Order: sequence, then structure tokens, then C-alpha cells
Amino acid sequence: MISAGTKLTSPADLESFAKKLRSSEDKASRSVRVCIGTGCAAKGSRRLYELFVEAAEQSAQDVTIEAKHVGCHGFCERGPIVVIQPGDIFYQSVEEPDVPEIFRETILGGRVIQRLLYEDPSTGKKAKKAEQIPFYNVQHRIVLANNGIIDPTQISDYIKIGGYAALAKVLTSMTPDQVIEEITKSGLRGRGGGGFPTGLKWRAARDANGGPKYVIANGDEGDPGAFMDRSLMEGSPSSVIEGLTICAYAIGSSQGYIYVRNEYPLAVKHLSLAIDSAREVGLLGNDILDSGFTFDITINRGAGAFVCGEETALMASLEGSTGEPRPKYILPVERGLWSKPSIINNVETLANVPPIIVNGADWFTSLGTDKSKGTKIFSLVGKIKNTGLVEVPMGISLRRIIDEIGGGIRDGKKFKAVQTGGPSGGCIPAEQLDARVDFEELTKLGSMMGSGGMIVMDEDTCMVRLAKYFTDFLQKESCGKCTPCREGLAQMLYILDRITDGEGQVGDVQRLEELAELLEGTALCALGKTAANPVLSTIRYFHDEYDAHILQKRCPAKECRGLFRYEIDAEACKACGICLKECPVGAITGEKEVPHVIDQDKCTLCGTCWDKCPFTAVKKV
Amino acid sequence: MGQEIQLIEQIVDRYDSEVGMLIPMMQDLQAKCGYLPTEHIRTLAKTLNVPLSRLYSVATFYSSFRLAPKGAHEVTLCMGTVCYLKGAPNISEAICKEFRVEPGGTTRDRLFSFQAFNCVGACALAPVMIVDGKYYDAVTPQSALEIIHELSPADETVDAAKKEDSA
Repeated sequence: MISAGTKLTSPADLESFAKKLRSSEDKASRSVRVCIGTGCAAKGSRRLYELFVEAAEQSAQDVTIEAKHVGCHGFCERGPIVVIQPGDIFYQSVEEPDVPEIFRETILGGRVIQRLLYEDPSTGKKAKKAEQIPFYNVQHRIVLANNGIIDPTQISDYIKIGGYAALAKVLTSMTPDQVIEEITKSGLRGRGGGGFPTGLKWRAARDANGGPKYVIANGDEGDPGAFMDRSLMEGSPSSVIEGLTICAYAIGSSQGYIYVRNEYPLAVKHLSLAIDSAREVGLLGNDILDSGFTFDITINRGAGAFVCGEETALMASLEGSTGEPRPKYILPVERGLWSKPSIINNVETLANVPPIIVNGADWFTSLGTDKSKGTKIFSLVGKIKNTGLVEVPMGISLRRIIDEIGGGIRDGKKFKAVQTGGPSGGCIPAEQLDARVDFEELTKLGSMMGSGGMIVMDEDTCMVRLAKYFTDFLQKESCGKCTPCREGLAQMLYILDRITDGEGQVGDVQRLEELAELLEGTALCALGKTAANPVLSTIRYFHDEYDAHILQKRCPAKECRGLFRYEIDAEACKACGICLKECPVGAITGEKEVPHVIDQDKCTLCGTCWDKCPFTAVKKV
Repeated sequence: MGQEIQLIEQIVDRYDSEVGMLIPMMQDLQAKCGYLPTEHIRTLAKTLNVPLSRLYSVATFYSSFRLAPKGAHEVTLCMGTVCYLKGAPNISEAICKEFRVEPGGTTRDRLFSFQAFNCVGACALAPVMIVDGKYYDAVTPQSALEIIHELSPADETVDAAKKEDSA
């Protein structure tokens, strides 16, 4: 805990402070860490934390017991997660009634409660520690290393594990040019989607004429199905702040902004706290660590527009205008925010900076592939067993992520495709699962790295409908400034609607492709240029599904209403009469002990019988 | 009348009258009033000396701003990809049908405002519904209706829930 009035005035100060914190750590020999990431918090982990705090306070034992709340562990599927020291004992799916038992048995008694451990569903083996769980042991955590370890509301926790050492190193022993060189050498590329080399961007901004210069952290994570940035900002806000500060030093800026999505209130809270405490101890503000370098950060909340993830739109939003992108004939590094040289980096990119500075570029380049270095965080979600947040080295195969970390598909279904790159990304089919995850490879497959959403789909997902979902999303989020995006997406959506309604016409696929080409070639910003990716990639890999909808008026995944029928399986039907009673149009006939039958002429395909049948005797055919 | 000028001045001062901070100002105003009342917006435009049309364009461009009062409760349904795959459209349909409300709208009795978000970033919980800041996971059409039916019509509940949440 930082006492009031602690002020760090030199790098040596910071180091001795960190040392002091570490030595006091040993005294608090036992601790319990409760995850309060969004996933665990939704399952009541805040209450668990309070109960542990109460228990620790009331405990008569003369050992120091520390209860703290920490950021997302990533294994949201098994939340709430509680980790106990010593021993790193990893409890999952913890509930309120478990608290006294954990306190008595594990914290005070040092005994492990078997029932709360993770059990491998295939081997039945229990895992005592996180690293024994397949979900974790395939991962390699650099950016997420602090998540689940430190209390994101305490800057001292961050300093204790070596936080701000990179900033101190930069300020004392590196010139701005050396910093940029190191980042360039590391091969770090933008984690927000584009994959632009970070070092090059910094160099351009440093060399740009004019000032003041601005640095902006992009935390406007708008991709549906992605929560990497959220968990990072909530779980280790100081990593982002330290990275942004180093960036500012490198390009010569004294004012930074963090643009956070409006839907992430906890991220805003934790970032604000981290900024305030950094200011208090002298890690932000005037003359940081007696180096003469001055820098401060303002947080701006987005107001709910997906397009603001695009850098020029984000800058327009920071200026208090509607978030409309502008053409990039002149790059933002020359003329950005308030027409001054500006840099935008994604928060994950920035969080990579401190470890690179501390461990060196060579260490970073030892991870990953030829052109994609380091690790990437993905939010692994959808029809998969272990949903959650994973950080893996670049170059790992999709199959390992899905099968080993994700544990495969839920409910014994068959894998169909994985969607990466958010709404502007694409779908990758089973045949391509051995592809390596890096910027080039994913682009080659017609998808992209994007910010790191990875949505797994099983056989029950209709790919045409999925393409329609993304097109609908992008059409609504299009800012409307340029015609190809505004009108082109509306037309694509119109055609997709027609196809999923069973009114598709021969030539529709070709029309979609023409519109896609038009968008790619003529739209103003990245949103429009890549908006057709979901349609194009589904056409590329799932052409037969489009054909089935258009030519045979049939939905192979049986998702599009009207393009499949409901039938009752006579063998499974127990003649219970529930569907008969529930059918709103009286289309089902049958008697006691006689399997029921649906009259296809009367049936309106509402699906009520399918929902209500307790024996899953109603089938989609 | 005087109150509204005072509130606007307070907000504008908070950001040193910087026009660039227009969006945070409007967010603060909405946090205070629950929506952006016309008179307040007019006053804000005058105080900052920017055309009212600019404030209107900002207010209508960003989906989080609203120009009409909201209901006593806030019900947000996530329509992100994962929630979508796991059945969020059916939940939305059920809510709209049961309470005769549209996404983005408020029920006639002002019981709740219903919003469909693109993604709330809680994909591991899909489908997700947020009621007055509380997250509900693995929601089904039935459970969603049950949760909403249990909402009390009293106005104070929203404030109480909000306070609890921000604490």
C-alpha cells in the first residue's frame, strides 16, 4: 500500500520502493485472490471478495491474511475463480457457501478442497494449479501476465512486480531514438487490427514537423465477440499507462489520451484510479522521476459508435465532433488530432512496450513467426467448451487454440468454422485449421487478425445468416459519409435478406461479389474497405450453402426460418401432448400413446413444438 | 430555469470550457438528467458558443445519447456475435412481444428502456442481459421475461441500483 505523500523523485527511488514492497510481501504469507473481471463479477465474485475480506478481518490467527481482487484470469467459463497462496491453489466455479470452507480448510488449514479443483473432462484428473490445466499451459502470457496477480486498483501492486521499471530505464538510459530503435527491432506490430509496424509509426511521428504532438491509446474495442482490451484495461491498467508514457517520451509528446469504449465502465474506473495514483507518486505529471520529461493523460469515453475504432474517426470524436473518418492522404502522424502530429496505438500494443524495453527486442523476436513477433490475445468464444481469454505466441495453429485450449466443440457437435477479425474479418473452415495464426496467414485465408475476436461455430450455424449478421451490423454502424459504404452495404444486406428468406435469385452471389469489389476499391476508410470480408469469405468456403438457399430453398444448418421443416420423430415421441397443446395454430394431431404428427400445410414454422418438447422428438429436417 | 444554467456552467467549468470536450460534457449531462433535455442542450450550445446543430448531430450520431427520458429501469440485451449465435435474437423478440417495446425504445408505462447493444464484451456469459448494471448470464427468452417481470415500477429503484453499482 502506498502511504499518503509517497513521491518518487528518481529511478533509484522507484527501485528501492519496489524492493520494500517485495520484502513486505513475504510477511503476508497467505493471500486469497478473487477475480472480479466482468465474467466472474457477473457470477457474483464481488460478494465472494467481500466475504473473504470479512473472514480475514475476523480471523483470530496471528498471520496476515490478505484478500484482494484481481483482473480477469481468462478462464471465464469456470468463473468465479479464486486463487490461494501459498501453493497457487486454483479454485473454479466458487460459490458463496464455499467461502467459509475455503477459509477454514485451505487458507488456515492448508488443505486442498478437491471438489473445487478443475477436473479435466477427458482424463478426469484434477488440477491443483492453473498451469496444470490445458487451457493455461498452452498459453504464453506476456501482456496478460499481471492479470489475476495484481490488484488493478493499487499502483503499488504493479510497482511490486516490476511495473514502471521500463519507464525508469527509458528515462535514465535511453534516448528517444534508442527507444524507437528497440521497438522497431522487436518487430512489434499493431494489435488493433491493421498490424502496422509500431516502430515505423513512432519514427514517423518523431520525425514529423510541428507540435504539440499527441499520443492516443485506442481502447474503443467495438468488435462484437471481443473483450481482450476490456480485460487488459480492467486487469492491468498501469501496463497501458506505462506503455503510453514510453511512447510519448519516444515521439516527444506531453499530452496523451486514452479513448475507452462507453460500454466499459469498470475499465474507465480502473484506468482513472491508475492515472490518479501515478500522478500522486510522480510517475505522471511534471518532471517524471527527475528526468525533465513531462507527460499527462486524459481519459475520454466513447459514446457508442463502432466507427470510432478507426483512427481518424477516433480523433474527430476526441475533438468533440461526430466520428467520421477522413481520407488519409496526409497521415495522422503528420496531421492528426487538432491537425497536429498524433499517434494512435491499440492498448494491447502499448502493453507490449514495457516488457520489450525491460527484456530487450531480442527476447521478443524469439517469440512468434518471421513477420509476426510476440504473442496475441484472443477472446475465444462461441460454441466452444472453454470460453475465455487466451494469450498465445504468434504462429500457433488454429487447431491447437480450438482443441487444446478451447477443449473442442460443445455438446458433441461438429466444428464448422472459426470467425476471426471481428465484423470485418472472415470465416475459416475446418480444412484450414492447421493454418498458423499470424498477420499474413490469416489475411491469405480471406480473414484477418483484427483485434483478436475468435468466434467458433458448429454445424448448427448458418453461414449465410452469419454473413447477414455482420453486414447488418456494419450497415448500421457505417457513418454514412461515403456512398459505397452507406449504399453498398444496404444493397448487400437487401440481397442477403432475400436469400435467407428463401427468395434468393440466381446471380445473387455474383451481385454480392460485385458490390464487395466496389466497396473494397472505393470506400473511404477501413470499415468500408473490409466490410465485405464476411460475405466474401463465406462465399469462398461455403458456396454450397448459398446455393442451397438460392436454388433449393433449403437452409443446411436449419437456422433460416422457412427453409426447413419440423417433423416429429415417431420413435422418440412419448405422446405426452405438450406440443399439441402449445401449437398456436393447431397443426399437431395425435392421441395418447400414439406418436404425434405435424400437419405441414398448417404449420407456420414458429418452432414452439421444438422448444417445448421435453424428449427432443421434434426434429428440424 | 436557473438550475439548468447552473448545471451547465458546472459541467462546462469541469472541462475548462474546451469545445473539444463536448462529448464528455454531454455524457455528464446525460448522467445527471438521464437524457439530454432540449433546454439544457440549447444552454450548452450558447455557453460554448457553438451552433445547436453541432450538438444535435453529435447527439444523434452516437448511440449512447438519448433525447427522450428513459424508463425507470434499464434493460440492455447484448446482440454481439456470440450472443447472437446463442440465441439473443429470440430473447429480443420475446421481450419486444411481451412488453410491446422496440430496441432503443421505452415501454409505455415507463417501466424500462430497452436497448440492444452490439457487444458488451462479456462473451463468455452469452447470451447476456444487463438490468440496471447487473449482468445476467446464459439468459433464455423465459428467464429474461421473468427477470423483467420482477422489476418494480418505482422510480427510486434505478437510482438505488446505480448507486450500488458505482460503489
